[in-house]
Amino acid sequence: MYSTRYHKPATIDDALAALGAGDEAKVLAGGQTLLATMKQHLAAPSDLVDIRAIDGMSGVTVQDNILTIGAATTHAEVATNADVRQHCGALGQLAGGIGDPAVRHQGTIGGSIANNDPAADYPAAMLALGATIITNSREIAADAFFQGLFTTALDENEIITAIRIPCPAKAAYAKFNQPASRFALVGVFVAKTDMGARVAVTGAGEDGVFRHAALEAALSADWSESAAAKVAISADGLMSDIHASAAYRANLIGVMAKRAVAAS
Amino acid sequence: MTDQGIGARVKRKEDKRFTTGHGKYTDDVRMENQAYAAFVRSPFAHAEIKGIDKSAAEAMEGVIAVLTGPELVADGIGNIICGWAVTSKDGSPMNMGAWSALATEKVRYVGDAAAVVIAESDAIARRAAEAVEVDYAELPAVAVASKALAAGAPQIHDNAPGNLIYDWEIGDEAATDAALAGAAHVTEMEITNNRLAPNPMEPRSAVATYDPIEEHYTLYTTSQNPHVARLVLSAFYQVAPENKLRVVAPDVGGGFGSKIYIYPEEITCLWASMKTGRSVKWTSDRSEAFMTDAHGRDHVTTAKLGFDADNRIVGFKVDTIANFGAYMSLFSSAVPTYLYATLLSGQYDIANIHCNVRAVYTNTVPVDAYRGAGRPEACYLVERMMETAARELGVEPTELRRANFIREFPHQTPVIMAYDAGDFEANLDQALAAADVAGFAARKAESAKRGVLRGLGFSSYIEACGIAPSAAVGSLGAGVGLWESAEVRVNAVGTIEVLTGSHSHGQGHETAFAQVVADRFDLPLDSISIVHGDTDTVQMGMGTYGSRSGAVGLSAIVKALDKVEAKVKKIAAHVLEASEDDIVIEGGQVKVAGTDKAMGWHEVGLSAYTAHNLPEGMEPGLKETAFYDPANFTFPAGTYICEVEVDPETGVTKIERFTCSDDFGTIINPMIVEGQVHGGVAQGIGQAMLEQVVYDDDGQLITGSYMDYTMPRADDVPFYDVHHASTTCPNNPLGIKGCGEAGAIGTPPAVINAITDAIGTNDLAMPATPQAVWSALQASGKSMAAE
Amino acid sequence: MKSEKAAKRREVREDQMTNVTMTVNGKSVSRNVPDETLLSEFLREELRLTGTHVGCDTSQCGACTVHVNGKSVKSCTTLAVALDGAEVTTIEGVANGELHPMQVAFNDNHGLQCGFCTPGMIMAGIDMVNRYKASGQELTADAIRHELEGNICRCTGYHNIVKSIQDAAAKM
Repeated sequence: MYSTRYHKPATIDDALAALGAGDEAKVLAGGQTLLATMKQHLAAPSDLVDIRAIDGMSGVTVQDNILTIGAATTHAEVATNADVRQHCGALGQLAGGIGDPAVRHQGTIGGSIANNDPAADYPAAMLALGATIITNSREIAADAFFQGLFTTALDENEIITAIRIPCPAKAAYAKFNQPASRFALVGVFVAKTDMGARVAVTGAGEDGVFRHAALEAALSADWSESAAAKVAISADGLMSDIHASAAYRANLIGVMAKRAVAAS
Repeated sequence: MTDQGIGARVKRKEDKRFTTGHGKYTDDVRMENQAYAAFVRSPFAHAEIKGIDKSAAEAMEGVIAVLTGPELVADGIGNIICGWAVTSKDGSPMNMGAWSALATEKVRYVGDAAAVVIAESDAIARRAAEAVEVDYAELPAVAVASKALAAGAPQIHDNAPGNLIYDWEIGDEAATDAALAGAAHVTEMEITNNRLAPNPMEPRSAVATYDPIEEHYTLYTTSQNPHVARLVLSAFYQVAPENKLRVVAPDVGGGFGSKIYIYPEEITCLWASMKTGRSVKWTSDRSEAFMTDAHGRDHVTTAKLGFDADNRIVGFKVDTIANFGAYMSLFSSAVPTYLYATLLSGQYDIANIHCNVRAVYTNTVPVDAYRGAGRPEACYLVERMMETAARELGVEPTELRRANFIREFPHQTPVIMAYDAGDFEANLDQALAAADVAGFAARKAESAKRGVLRGLGFSSYIEACGIAPSAAVGSLGAGVGLWESAEVRVNAVGTIEVLTGSHSHGQGHETAFAQVVADRFDLPLDSISIVHGDTDTVQMGMGTYGSRSGAVGLSAIVKALDKVEAKVKKIAAHVLEASEDDIVIEGGQVKVAGTDKAMGWHEVGLSAYTAHNLPEGMEPGLKETAFYDPANFTFPAGTYICEVEVDPETGVTKIERFTCSDDFGTIINPMIVEGQVHGGVAQGIGQAMLEQVVYDDDGQLITGSYMDYTMPRADDVPFYDVHHASTTCPNNPLGIKGCGEAGAIGTPPAVINAITDAIGTNDLAMPATPQAVWSALQASGKSMAAE
Repeated sequence: MKSEKAAKRREVREDQMTNVTMTVNGKSVSRNVPDETLLSEFLREELRLTGTHVGCDTSQCGACTVHVNGKSVKSCTTLAVALDGAEVTTIEGVANGELHPMQVAFNDNHGLQCGFCTPGMIMAGIDMVNRYKASGQELTADAIRHELEGNICRCTGYHNIVKSIQDAAAKM
């Protein structure tokens, strides 16, 4: 690994100052991706700004059927949180399927969302649930936040502080693992919301996570397994790699959508 | 037998240090004055080295030296060699290209080392390695063996025209052709045996120290065979004479073949320790392991299997292309020839077999023996063809096997091997009963109700183990003998140390070997220690691979025990004034049978060393050495049955049952043997369903980490149902056949035969990933069958 | 060749050293280390606790698993300096006078062969049993297999590892 300077600020302001001072500073939220990337010399941040000690950065609250999850809340905490389980069980189930137990003890929701790995699980939930990403300076709707592979609406040195999620009437996540990495080869999050049915797909799109219009239309009209199964899934715009062709991914989107609805 | 002797499920003595974090692996070694090596590896699969600019790296603080190939060659370090000479069918020798530990003029695969940095810390070495500027002129590359043979393919070594290393054959081609021409049915298949990365969990590591006063080297390294390493480093690579080189393989975290070989990194560390006057340590990370550890398998084969009207096999013709990678690794040449083609008779009485093998250079990591080494490739071919033939002939796969089983032993096959003992039907019957094959139809019907496809697959494997009779392998081109040695030291207080040339890197020798000694002299297990892994301690040895530690290593120990027993009896007879023939050893005592005259075991030891009262002319001491050279290979065999369920919507396959019936001969510790089967089966399932090394057309390694190379994990595999139906091996004193590789050999065809049974098409290659199974279902149009 | 990596190294920086104090296996330890030091490096190189192993560089094999504040983490993907004040338990600290039931179970059930993945398996095993017991869930064989997603073994085929953890769970 290349040299780096570690900062553990106690406030957002200190964190922003540290980010601004470094010539190539990065936020460290759980490190499960960033540190692995640094070990391979694929990233060499001058400074790491650990946001986990900032007051109020982790934990879950629920009010008026809206979940607010601190950015530094770990996957394990989300997976086992009673409020999450009661109000949005699908999100807890998703969090409990990220990586492995040791990774879930460190990886955080904010870190995952900021990284926007095209095979990460959380972005699908954020899109399908119509979540709002709260940063130190503004609020960004999930639909505007995810902007392609490893790309988000975050400005340089902008820090995610929390996620706000309106609880859905029904939701579920069905994930098909990439066999080696256990990231999502295809993950489909379905949610029956006040805005109608929302379906987001991760792992499959050439541009990263996306909402599936045809599935949303079908499920808005009829929230049922058979309605999902009838949707013809196009392979256009889907990734092809050694683990799955675009055609296979398209098939899996259909199957996972159907199974998610059944589980919702 | 005692509760600690042969056949007892003794818990392992070595576990305490491993379960408490006190194992001592090579990377745990830290020498005084230790520096760290990092290699500058080629990002290209094939390129000329036009120049190397070390200046930026050398200028970095903490960098001790940057060393290159020409310097290594100038210091007289010899090329890395393949130690088994295979001759082409036209009589010409194999075309072995030069392999320098650090590349000189060309790099030939991604990861080929062009230079090494020695620095004060691992981090500095790695950073500096990236600062070494190598001027590469990229050349066209080829990763696929058949493409490397094609006209116009990039030429990888000048002395291997067309990239052909050898074109070898075995068996009678004319007779086989004639038999196939007269056959009532011929099954014809093209079979790929997928390329694998061995992946022992401990990455390779080396710590080399040079003592300039004594001109002596010490190498701690992750080796399955430290004495072979010393021999090769000394005799071929000219690092140092053997008496000036100590090789220690301490606790080693798995090998599976990949730690047999002496790699460029170990050679370079030794040389660099002399150049820099520092201890030099290198530890591979996993990415480096994928790029440098010898891979396994990678065969493409076309074959024809002919039957007469009674479904008896009349002929088997095989044409194989074997990918050797960019250089010939230590035993690479033997894998697709004497460890593969010689097993093509399987468990069957086949009069006519012919096999042609072309070995080919490509711009990929060198390929060599990986658990099973040639025998998995043979077994997969034979057993997939038998199952496919049965489907084509409309007979039960097990009945087709029964109709062709060899039933009389010894049996001479037409491909060198002479099987000494076995009862193939006993294993088949035991497996059929244990797997409840009779109930399969009902289970299949139940699966169909749930919309999933259930399938059953068989594999009746045989392998040649206990490698190997020295004269026999010598006549086939091996550069070494494959005996084993042992020394048994009875101390003056009666405790025993056994020094063995076998090396344990997970096999539990410290327990199983001690059981044999405990059994022999009726002594407590705690009084017996097994010593291995250090050329300064153990006299000599050929190491552990080819399922040889029991059949060969233990046989050497038994021979030494024979000598010890003879001397013990002489001493006791002398002291107790009795006839040697009347002396018995039991219960910690050496007694005169039928009398109350006895001396304690420890008293015999004391007598031997005090030497106050020994028989006339007897030397003091109680320490005996033996070398054992096996009379034949051993032939473990058995039947594996796999039962799967396939989800037709996704292609996901779940193994519902996996049943093994093995014939390993005598079993010393069933617990350890079952563990070996479990691990081998998991690796076989890995090959069948998960694992594959993938290169792109430019020779770039795509599966360079666990992000893309699928290792079997706990939820990929089932519990295994392991049984034994054994015949005794007549060719070694304990009757052991060996168990280390059976699982990896027998499993892949059982799995694929089960999946193809479930999905109703034979057109399925390994690894049968969900995508592959789903695609096969789409192609065959059978995906709707269950819906 | 000018790779992305080559560009990165041009910024040669001084190592920033930070003093970190943590409790490891019940003992307070304090070291001055470069900020980029991983917990696995800290344990192996600074404290010479070499029972924690490193088997991959992508946080998947789990050989490096230790407990931080009572939870399993991968020490190869954790910065040491981030753990100032933390309580760390490694495989060397599991036995408390006598062997931990998980260590005994691995021996009793032949849950290890080469031993390299074993420290991580034992640490992961203890963590999963603790979590399942705390939440009152039954730790079935299938659950153990799922929980072991982040721990790779090449020797045992997992059969006896699953048995070992089942056995220990009954005794913990």
